[in-house]
Amino acid sequence: MIDLSTTYLGHALRSPLVMSAGPLGEDVDAIRAAEDAGVGAVVLPSLFEEQLDIESRDLDRHLTRGTESYAEALSYFPAVGAYRLGPDAYLDHIARVKAAVDVPVIGSLNGVSSGGWVQYARLIEEAGADALELNVYFIPTDLDVDGRAVERMYEDLVRDVCAAVGIPVAVKLAPFFSAMAHVAARLVAAGAKGLVLFNRFYQPDLDVERLEVVQDLRLSTADELRLRLRWVAILYRRIAADLAVTGGIHDAVDVLKAMMAGAAVAMMTSALLIHGVGHLAVVRDALRRWMEEHEYTSIRQMQGSMSQRAVAEPAAFERANYLHVLRSYRQPSR
Amino acid sequence: MPTVDSAEARLPGTVTIDGNEAAASIAYLASEVIAIYPITPSSAMGESADEWAAARRPNAWGTVPHVIEMQSEGGAAGAVHGALQAGALCTTFTASQGLLLMVPNMFKIAGELTPTVFHVAARAVAAQALSIFGDHSDVMAARQTGFAMLASGSVQEAMDLALVAHAATLEARIPFLHFFDGFRTSHEVAKIGALGAAEVRAMLDDARVREHRRRALSPEHPVVRGTAQNPDVFFQSREAANPYYLACPTIVEQTMERLAGLTGRRYRLFDYVGAPDAERVVVLMGSGAGAAEEVVERLTREGEKVGLVKVRLYRPFSSEHLLAALPSSAQAIAVLDRTKEPGSQGEPLYLDVAVAVAEGGRRARVVGGRYGLSSKEFTPGMVKAVFDELRRDRPRNHFVVGIHDDVTHASLAWDPGYTTEDSGTVSAVFYGLGSDGTVGANKNAIKIIGDETALYAQGYFVYDSKKSGSTTVSHLRFGPRPIRSSYLVQRANFVACHQFSLLERLPVLELADTGATFLVNAPFAPDRVWDRLPRDLQETVLARRLRVFVIDGYRVAREAGMGGRVNTVMQTCFFALAGILPRDEAIAAIKRSIAKAYGRRGAAIVQKNCAAVDMTLAELHEVAIPQAATSTVVRPPVVPADAPTFVREVTARIIAGKGDELPVSALPADGTFPTGTARFEKRALASEIPVWDEDICIQCGKCVLICPHAAIRAKVCAPDALADAPATFKSRPARWKGAFANDRYVLQVAPDDCTGCALCVEICPVKNKSETRLRAINMQPVAPIREAERENWQFFLDLDDPARDALHPSQVKDVQLMTPLIEFSGACSGCGETPYLKLMSQLFGDRTLIANATGCSSIYGANLPTTPWTTNRDGRGPAWANSLFEDNAEFGLGMRLALDKQAEYACELLARLAPVVGAELVTALTTADQSDESGISAQRARVAMLRERLRDVDDNAARDLASVAASLVRADVWIVGGDGWAYDIGYGGLDHVLASGRNVNVLVLDTEVYSNTGGQMSKATPRGAVAKFAAGGKPLPKKDLGLLMMTYGHVYVASVAMGADDSQCLKAFREAESYDGPSLVIAYSHCIAHGYDMVHALDQQKALVASGAWPLYRYDPRLAAAGKNPLQLDAKPPSLAFKDYAYNEGRYSMLAQADPEAARRALVLADADVRRRWSLYQQLAAVACSAGPEGAA
Repeated sequence: MIDLSTTYLGHALRSPLVMSAGPLGEDVDAIRAAEDAGVGAVVLPSLFEEQLDIESRDLDRHLTRGTESYAEALSYFPAVGAYRLGPDAYLDHIARVKAAVDVPVIGSLNGVSSGGWVQYARLIEEAGADALELNVYFIPTDLDVDGRAVERMYEDLVRDVCAAVGIPVAVKLAPFFSAMAHVAARLVAAGAKGLVLFNRFYQPDLDVERLEVVQDLRLSTADELRLRLRWVAILYRRIAADLAVTGGIHDAVDVLKAMMAGAAVAMMTSALLIHGVGHLAVVRDALRRWMEEHEYTSIRQMQGSMSQRAVAEPAAFERANYLHVLRSYRQPSR
Repeated sequence: MPTVDSAEARLPGTVTIDGNEAAASIAYLASEVIAIYPITPSSAMGESADEWAAARRPNAWGTVPHVIEMQSEGGAAGAVHGALQAGALCTTFTASQGLLLMVPNMFKIAGELTPTVFHVAARAVAAQALSIFGDHSDVMAARQTGFAMLASGSVQEAMDLALVAHAATLEARIPFLHFFDGFRTSHEVAKIGALGAAEVRAMLDDARVREHRRRALSPEHPVVRGTAQNPDVFFQSREAANPYYLACPTIVEQTMERLAGLTGRRYRLFDYVGAPDAERVVVLMGSGAGAAEEVVERLTREGEKVGLVKVRLYRPFSSEHLLAALPSSAQAIAVLDRTKEPGSQGEPLYLDVAVAVAEGGRRARVVGGRYGLSSKEFTPGMVKAVFDELRRDRPRNHFVVGIHDDVTHASLAWDPGYTTEDSGTVSAVFYGLGSDGTVGANKNAIKIIGDETALYAQGYFVYDSKKSGSTTVSHLRFGPRPIRSSYLVQRANFVACHQFSLLERLPVLELADTGATFLVNAPFAPDRVWDRLPRDLQETVLARRLRVFVIDGYRVAREAGMGGRVNTVMQTCFFALAGILPRDEAIAAIKRSIAKAYGRRGAAIVQKNCAAVDMTLAELHEVAIPQAATSTVVRPPVVPADAPTFVREVTARIIAGKGDELPVSALPADGTFPTGTARFEKRALASEIPVWDEDICIQCGKCVLICPHAAIRAKVCAPDALADAPATFKSRPARWKGAFANDRYVLQVAPDDCTGCALCVEICPVKNKSETRLRAINMQPVAPIREAERENWQFFLDLDDPARDALHPSQVKDVQLMTPLIEFSGACSGCGETPYLKLMSQLFGDRTLIANATGCSSIYGANLPTTPWTTNRDGRGPAWANSLFEDNAEFGLGMRLALDKQAEYACELLARLAPVVGAELVTALTTADQSDESGISAQRARVAMLRERLRDVDDNAARDLASVAASLVRADVWIVGGDGWAYDIGYGGLDHVLASGRNVNVLVLDTEVYSNTGGQMSKATPRGAVAKFAAGGKPLPKKDLGLLMMTYGHVYVASVAMGADDSQCLKAFREAESYDGPSLVIAYSHCIAHGYDMVHALDQQKALVASGAWPLYRYDPRLAAAGKNPLQLDAKPPSLAFKDYAYNEGRYSMLAQADPEAARRALVLADADVRRRWSLYQQLAAVACSAGPEGAA
């Protein structure tokens, strides 16, 4: 019997396949289907503090625009008893998902203010989330803010949130740090129980016909996996935190690579958007088949087996690898 | 400023509300079924009832009333009648024309002795003009119906007497019309003693309720009501109800006594105040009694023998009770009516009182007078004038007071400086813009004072007649004694001006009392403000020894994240300066009020407002006042010196806020006004205006097409015409072939008429290749360029218009060169309706009669002081009239019939006068091809020739022919209105007119909601959109008006959205106009009632069409006649999810925030609606057709 179980953020999971934060997580039925397809845990879509502020401001504008200006139309909308602004809808969603599935449910939070991070983290915990993923989506564009300041900001918010909640906290990071390993270590020291590698920043495109900046969602490709594999492999067992790979996991082989690099879980969104939630079962079954064929008995057996510390050529994950790759490149024959 | 003692805690059982809420709250508690239709100023009563029902608020018996919005007031009355017959406790709310539509049912309801209460915010009935403001002409037009009539004169009375009405009707079985003055009472916010469910239950006898139910129609004990009676018995039957009317006054009197027992507030059928031995007495009803009572109190204190009778129960009129109230010492009685009945012996209340006095054998002289029509101020000075008149041996009868009648000399002179305001009351006035939140802040301030202190408080708000850039003036009073002053503040202890620019436009210190405090929001440092004030204002500050305080409110608001809304900042300043509460307490109270007012909108908004409060006080500074006026700033003239005489002498005074001072002779007797006067009212609203980048412009004309206020114009002209152009005047070689190939193209903005909506920038298809955020037209601050652009604009206007016969009206590019004949209207900034009207005026305006339904388009189209409809250089332009809301299609049809009949008669006369006119000209005139502009132009020349030939003919037929000769020139009738008219109240008429086959053009400006009255649901409202009366999102889909009318086969129907496809829109307008039969153009019109920034309106129109929710199509019966399918779909199949269009608009996204599950369901259904409709249209457009035997047209 193949054992797919793993441990992530203190929770025993039946499978390393985790549905990562994405639009599918808005639908309780889809989450239920993911559980049926063997998912190990679910990360809900992020609660965006900024979005809550925007909603509040927009609603105020809608309700205020044109009012008290003209005697016949002192307002344009009815006074509705209550709007479900703020995090209420999100928190209700957590509760509904918790009631619907048995697998661990991980809340996700994308804040903008230090007060907001802590406040909403507490609310997510109170709503029943089993763990919390901090989705730090921050692009430092200020010419006066240096890298140390950015790192300190990450560290402070992780410390504040971890001090405020009892559930384990993971941090979803971008790869754009000068000293990734150091940052990882500092975040773990600040209380993070897991690191989710990596956040995919949506990159704007330019439409040269319409002369517009295009902001569309491009799904991940398997090519993106390599960056994640490198850092999971480097960090595995060097920091006291679980590692999760997100971005580029599309099939069972991708999951195997993540596990062997040292990940506790492999998170999927793009593949599920492309193939449907049922794809989880396909991956799970393929995983089992591969493991049977290759005589693996458990996921734990392979976890970290190809991490930097476990491979024959640790330098392959470092600069030496760069030189090697360059030398190995051959111009395709024409 | 006098100090006021606020040490006591708030009074128990008080609320601070307006008159509409006061009446509606009782009506709601006492009813099971409420059927309404919105009409100003009563709309808020129905809206409140609907909101309470949506919030599941129970009535006095613990059950939630059913509230339904009907298609008209006639419909509401019918529904009420039916609900009453079926045994429900029922009410409705209305005003003015709405009440008149209820009259037929009111006769029935009264004739059947059915208890109900209609609450009326009394408003002028349209006569020479519409007026939304208050008087008694509507209720007086219902006095014959058999309803009892009970008048309230204050907010407190509106609540108390509403309850008396609901209680008394059940016992008397006579239905009641409870009324109070529109705006003065309906919209006055005041602190009053509250009544609730307990009082309603205590006053309404359950046994009477059950009797009412027992009388209801039921198959268990069937009866017949509403029989047809014949001469033998109708008369007797009519008299059979007499005992009920005889008993009614006593029942009301007893009910009032019961209320007194509950509340301590005692009313009588006729309340008398004043000297017990009064010799001079005034009789009136409604809010005017407040001012009158103040005068009586003062005069009696001064030893004068005067008194006041306040009429409460007007019908049934109890002479006995009146005479009992009227002191026997009364020798001269003035009865004041707030209505006018032209041609009568006197106004109704006067006649009633005169008869009562005569029949009662009193010897007093009774005279009648009119006051206060259309909310004309009724002040203590006017009351005093009436008492003074009564002192004369032969007091004038049938006088008017409050205006200067220099035509029939009926007016009494009055002293405007006479005041009776309580010296312990603090009075404050605030000048602001609608958009800056001044009124909202003051309403909050009143609530704070009312709810948090023992002081009484009153607020009344004056709005201007424009929908964009409108100014507001708030009048607040507060003090330790109840406030009865039912008139605007006359002397203010506190004056605030929330917009610095208003200092130049309005006499903001006119009301400032000596020693008053003046607060101004100014973008200058405290030591720089003084020199920026206009000179006459400085002089007033010095003469009246005012203290001046300043804050840069916009900076504080901006820094607090509040954008342009200075309401919270200025409110905080007011509390800091007024000293009503200790500062800390005031700050805490403001924050509580913020949490209450904005809490539902999310924490972020509350936080921003609270931050503004915290930042304010440090920025508030007193201005050091020098010894003398130093300013060189003088007010600009209201209108240019070369404006027409009427504009200079009449219009300008109305613009300046001095319309009250105009004498009767200054105004037209029949409501006829010149067009083209909006151009003289330079409002200079925009802080940024569009600036043309002539180098990259492709001259497409889209900006000109979309500009809602016709403030961007284009011309082409010969290069030498620009020889004397101002230095900054721009032009480029015209990108035209043919006639204009060698000309210059100019695009010019009217800097004082642009409202800054930026739709022109949004529609511009060009992007700057070096900096893509820039278009060929871009918004820039107006201040540095205003003077130059004024000069450029004037130069532009003086350039010749391009010759119309060289234009191709089928091209948007050419349409931009046609002179718009509607300009600078008072419509909202970014209005979605006016571009359609402008297009119509450009294409056909010189030959068009417009029948305009009441609504937004009638308001921005003809609300004084100025009129935007205008003329071309030949003096031709749209002739415009508004009849009513409900009858507009019929009104337009009448115009068509008249034109057709006159043309027919002209042809008959031509035939008769052929020997005089000449056979050739007769033939040419009667067979002219006028299908295009050149044909019309030729016919005009023929008519001119005809007139010339007839000029010296001494023959009656010739004179007749001359008088109808103009009808030989083709004229269009455009019937214009909104969806409230076309889909709801006017639908029956519209259907009939379109079915008539007559050649009329109907333009429906479809905003999908009643925009003018504040966003009530119409049958055009789409499923899932939130509107008033659809707080939970409209549950059913939009009515498909176009499809319904296509079923006739002979009606041209088009569905257009200019922002999505301007060419299709242009094509539809031209086809509709050219079709010799009825046409219907349904034009999607974005609106601020949709809940998003109008700058995105054009993107939203594109998204709307892409989603399939607004299919563009044209149905042309001429195609059917030619054997083709008459329906042409002009849009591609839906390519955008409905959600992706809808959730950009607050009306849809609000529901997702209020009730996500309902929103999800609505979205699924709305999506299905779109697909179903598209599929149906596709099928219809694909049907193969063959030519009918006669063709359709």
